Amino acid sequence: MDDQPILSVRGLHKSYGELEVLKGIEFEVKPGEKIALIGPSGSGKSTCLRCINFLETPTLGEIRLDGDLVGIKKHRGASRNMSNKDLAPQRAQMGMVFQGFNLWPHLTVRENVAIAARKVQGLSREEAHALAEDALAKVHMSNKADAWPEQLSGGQQQRVGIARALAQRPKLMLFDEPTSALDPELVNEVLNVIQELAAEGRTMLLVTHEISFARNVADRVMFLHSGIIEEQGPARDLIDNPQRDFTKNFLRQVSQ
Amino acid sequence: MLDFLSVFFQYADQWGPRLARAAVVSAQISFMGFLVATVLGLALALMRMTKSRTFQAIARAYILVFRGVPVLAVLLLLYFGLPGIGILFSPIEAAVIGLGLAYAAQMAEVFRGGFQAILAGQWESAAAVGFTPWQSLRLIILPQVVRIIMAPVIVTFVTLLKDSSLAALITVNELLLEGRALASEYFLPLHIYIWVGAMYFAIAFPLSMMAKHLANRANSRVRQ
Amino acid sequence: MAFLFETVLPSLLTGALVTITVTIASLALALALGFGLALLRQFLGFRVLSILIDIYTEYFRNIPALTHLFIIYFGLAAVGLRLSSLTAAIIGLGLVGAAITCEIFRSGFIAVKIGQTEAARAVGMTPMQTIWLILAPQAIRISLPPLGNYALQLMKDTSIVSAIAAPEIMFNARSMVTSSFQTTLIYTTAAMIYLLISLPMVHAISRLEARFGRRN
Repeated sequence: MDDQPILSVRGLHKSYGELEVLKGIEFEVKPGEKIALIGPSGSGKSTCLRCINFLETPTLGEIRLDGDLVGIKKHRGASRNMSNKDLAPQRAQMGMVFQGFNLWPHLTVRENVAIAARKVQGLSREEAHALAEDALAKVHMSNKADAWPEQLSGGQQQRVGIARALAQRPKLMLFDEPTSALDPELVNEVLNVIQELAAEGRTMLLVTHEISFARNVADRVMFLHSGIIEEQGPARDLIDNPQRDFTKNFLRQVSQ
Repeated sequence: MLDFLSVFFQYADQWGPRLARAAVVSAQISFMGFLVATVLGLALALMRMTKSRTFQAIARAYILVFRGVPVLAVLLLLYFGLPGIGILFSPIEAAVIGLGLAYAAQMAEVFRGGFQAILAGQWESAAAVGFTPWQSLRLIILPQVVRIIMAPVIVTFVTLLKDSSLAALITVNELLLEGRALASEYFLPLHIYIWVGAMYFAIAFPLSMMAKHLANRANSRVRQ
Repeated sequence: MAFLFETVLPSLLTGALVTITVTIASLALALALGFGLALLRQFLGFRVLSILIDIYTEYFRNIPALTHLFIIYFGLAAVGLRLSSLTAAIIGLGLVGAAITCEIFRSGFIAVKIGQTEAARAVGMTPMQTIWLILAPQAIRISLPPLGNYALQLMKDTSIVSAIAAPEIMFNARSMVTSSFQTTLIYTTAAMIYLLISLPMVHAISRLEARFGRRN
């Protein structure tokens, strides 16, 4: 197994004006690792995730994907944030799944999944559609390939969102609270899909409220509180035996 | 009453062809003016969305100016005013440019409304799969904007079509001017202008109904 | 320069007074008639009346205002009803405006939530009271921003009454042009004056939208 981390985050700070949301986050994700980010609202977990693919611009810090510096151009000693245009190829290597699904309503399910493969990665129509079919099969949505997003339930839409990310053949998958916007009875179909993908050995960073899911699926869990990693460790250990008070309080509240 | 109506039939073959030809001119300047307005309006809307303060200021100033100046004033300025500093436009050129410039401001607002209706998540998911900003705009955002603005666009076109009658006042041989000419030849202004009105109605009404239909459909499809 | 201040501005500013007068008068007519039509259309269930009002609305909205003015000024004169250009202007713009404001008020009424009517019924109000005390005030508030926009558009549209010889800004501009050759200066100044009149109106519309605008 390759020992270079797929993702390395160093000294990540993010402020919105006066408000400092991330106060120095550092961690690494090795190939095939699944890491869950948990924590109370406002702890900065979504912000942290969104900084990785630069949907939010970090105030300070270094993010490296497979060794390459993300989002920052170094030119003759000076650093500059990349424009959206320059970021595009880097983002293409990371697959993001959104809380609000964000499927494109004017495209069918198949087109939603295939379009990036065609336009970003340059595959031909046949290749892209084949890729889309594989991705849809993995999320058990093959029979809806020609449906429109508005015809699907929330759980179905989110699975299509996952397929869309898979079709990027990404080095890293980023899940931003993928089930928080779903009705309770639809949550499991999405969690099951994520679990199956995890078992395939994909590298994943997962922001979630579903603690028992994190415990079962993640290798490591990081507990965020007030913008720093309060505690981290192997999933079962941290959740069954939290050491820090903040962690203990949080887990106690969530399990009620 | 019957006498009143019989006049229409009496002169139908003399008025009909002339007014029809003039109506074609009205339609032509309307389409061309609308084309100018759409292209310029989209540019203005995009300028307002960039991060550049200068572009934003220029776009907003443009829209503010044309919100306050009547279309007729623009047409008269272009056709009668500019020759004073050496710029000469033909009547049709002045009409198309004038309508285009004036309605670009309105189209910019229509486009802006369309863009604002697109949730931020659409931009984010497009960026997240690795589309460049230009690709995001072209493949994901604009197709949705077009759907949303169909109804207001048609309404704007109908309004522009009505204002094309102002071109009569800068001597363009369109429907209303032809009506005026006929009125001075036949001394039957009431009948002639009613006919003119009916012709505008025949073009504008179906478009207005189509716009209403589209607007109703868009409102009932709001889901997710 | 002297020409500007001694001849052009006085003439155009006099015209501006007429512009503003016509705007206010037409606006009053449009608002009163339009509100009445909206009430009838919205709350009286008679099919025939509704169709008639719809015909009125579509007639005035699908034909250019200038054509309506020509019908009222030139057309009626030919059958014996001679109106002054100002009267024709105000009536013409007022009738067209009523069609527009009717639609605006109707949208306003439709936007008032159904629960409002139900609550009014529940406390025992008659339909008239419900409309007068509960629905109309809310509908009017909602309608203020689009009405503001309409008023601005109306002010600009008064420029067309120059074509039926009403002495407003554009008419005075064209009269001056025939006797002098300073066309650029005159027409540019005319445009500027409209712009200046519009600025406080645009500001007022922003305030209306901030206060009464609906957030989607």
